[in-house]
Amino acid sequence: MIHRTGFWAMGGYARFVWPSIGFAVAVLVWNLWSARRHHARALLRARRTAAMARSEKS
Amino acid sequence: MWTWFYRLASPPHVYRTAAALAPWFLALAAAMIGYGLIDGLVFAPPDYQQGDAFRIIYVHAPSAWLSLFAYTTMAVAGAIALIWRIKVGFAVAAAAAPIGASFTLAALVTGSLWGRPMWGTYWAWDPRLTSELILLFLYFGVISLRKAFEDPARGDRAAALLGVVGVINVPIVHFSVTWWNSLHQGATLAKFGKPTMPGSMLWPLLAMLLGYMCFFGGVLCMRLRGEVLDRERQAVWVREALAP
Repeated sequence: MIHRTGFWAMGGYARFVWPSIGFAVAVLVWNLWSARRHHARALLRARRTAAMARSEKS
Repeated sequence: MWTWFYRLASPPHVYRTAAALAPWFLALAAAMIGYGLIDGLVFAPPDYQQGDAFRIIYVHAPSAWLSLFAYTTMAVAGAIALIWRIKVGFAVAAAAAPIGASFTLAALVTGSLWGRPMWGTYWAWDPRLTSELILLFLYFGVISLRKAFEDPARGDRAAALLGVVGVINVPIVHFSVTWWNSLHQGATLAKFGKPTMPGSMLWPLLAMLLGYMCFFGGVLCMRLRGEVLDRERQAVWVREALAP
């Protein structure tokens, strides 16, 4: 186990390890956000289409 | 004979199944990635040669693995859609492409950050790195080609075809370290061999690999719902589902 004080230093490799972890986490977060937004936008378009179809009927 | 297959791939069935599966996949992913990161970054011992820099493996290897897995998923889905004319196949391929592209970029960036202290350079035109970069361009090609046509059906077919042709690059990426002289290290987890790392380093890596796979499953389900909804918004089942 890494000693607590040395944890952030990562044995002198902190400037390589932490940006890697940060970028990987950012990619995970972007994927979640992007997938949610993609579905929300599709839902909005589908609702608009359904509303237009209903107004055309009436 | 194939009725069950077509029923399974019906858009309303896929839309509902994806909604049910996504939270389970994401919950499993959160648990495994959480464990893998904590165990890998805090408890795993430093490597005897690479020191703590080796910890980049816990995000680099799963990203690289997922870049290949997502491409294979995209190509297989595209092939199924082209051969059996199953529209959901195009939706799966379209949903997998941006996820795969993002993890390919992650593999390249984290690999580059790992390469600097180990090889003395951020980038080398090494077979593994070059073939992974080609994989990223293939993803960009598939995504762009889908949007390049006015008729979405033609865009789907063209993108699926490029995806299927480009799958040849997947074994090239995987075996590049054995086929050519490479700066890149060999496989950490060989299919028929003993792992080259001790259990204290291996378990968090396996957890990260499984966690990334579950994450891919969850995000694919979420994106797939959007794709299915977009393609089927004129369909009766969508109107009925959205009726006030």
